[in-house]
Amino acid sequence: MAKVLVVTSGKGGVGKTTTTAALGAALAQGGQSVCVVDFDVGLRNLDLVMGAERRVVYDLINVVNGDAKLPQALIKDKRLDGLHLLPASQTRDKDALTDEGVARVMDELRAKFDWVVCDSPAGIERGAQLAMHHADVAIVVTNPEVSSVRDSDRIIGLLDSKTAKAERGEEMEKHLILTRYDPMRADRGDMLKTEDVLEILSIPLLAIIPESQEVLRASNVGCPVTLNNPLCAPARAYADAAKRLKGEDVPMVLPTERKSFLDKLFMRRAA
Amino acid sequence: MSILGIFQKRNSSAVARDRLQLILAHERAESGRPDLVIQLREEILAVIANHVAVEPDKVKVTLERGAGVSTLGLDIELPLGVSHKLDAKLATKLAQVAAKGGTKKAA
Repeated sequence: MAKVLVVTSGKGGVGKTTTTAALGAALAQGGQSVCVVDFDVGLRNLDLVMGAERRVVYDLINVVNGDAKLPQALIKDKRLDGLHLLPASQTRDKDALTDEGVARVMDELRAKFDWVVCDSPAGIERGAQLAMHHADVAIVVTNPEVSSVRDSDRIIGLLDSKTAKAERGEEMEKHLILTRYDPMRADRGDMLKTEDVLEILSIPLLAIIPESQEVLRASNVGCPVTLNNPLCAPARAYADAAKRLKGEDVPMVLPTERKSFLDKLFMRRAA
Repeated sequence: MSILGIFQKRNSSAVARDRLQLILAHERAESGRPDLVIQLREEILAVIANHVAVEPDKVKVTLERGAGVSTLGLDIELPLGVSHKLDAKLATKLAQVAAKGGTKKAA
């Protein structure tokens, strides 16, 4: 029986899709079966970040409507056993997703995988609410920036009121992933500090993902960052987050880029 | 950044450009008929169902979008024992042909 995660944020462009791909891959790299689900109907992008865009045949709406069975719509990752993608539809509008249809597909996914990771669309409208509705655990992705923190606060409010768990009177488990964090700028006082964001949102911290060129590089080639370069700082931060989700106790450190011998050599020459 | 890093960066942006050009060309071409694959699958299966009883669950559809073309793959499991149905169909057809031949001769 799977644990269902929703990766959500309110604000767009903060790293939901990157986080979904990276966490999904990190969990699968740990040997568990994972399905990442794109809920961003009309603007799908998880297929592109996962590098499966050329192989999409059916999508979530086809499965909800019964045009295709779930196993026919799932795209198996070519690099990592146990990692699967259920893409969103590119063309039809989100009203095509019925509550009952989504509930049925989520039940099927739950029975099939160890982890289901749902990539929420931006915003607080129906699409975002549908993505979070069946979740057991919510991952709130936030940038250390005022508008992102405010939007995350609104999303936390929705997680506590509009989800199946909330409707049953249970507390939704929520975790914060702080992305694009630059410790130098935070130290200079030019960026919100981790403690500031945690104090404002008051949900536990799952990971700090440092700002890194490796994230763009990975999306360029269509490979989750944890798979593309497992040793880079953001990949190690996501891998630690995956371990924490599995209940392992991993100390929270801000991963930094390990400098290679050549890097050090050139740095010294330049200095 | 190391020498290797510089190469990696250039490579990854070129890969990004190529991937985008390919997928956008396909999406622009598909925009008028989003359900083409479903329609093709249904029609091909209807033809096959004339001869063989196929379970819809035992059909694997793959699509690979390449430069200038898409490749549609249908992997259809044909159950054993279907030849009876086919034989029966062939027998009727043969009988029809025979009957036609018979009437021609008679005329």
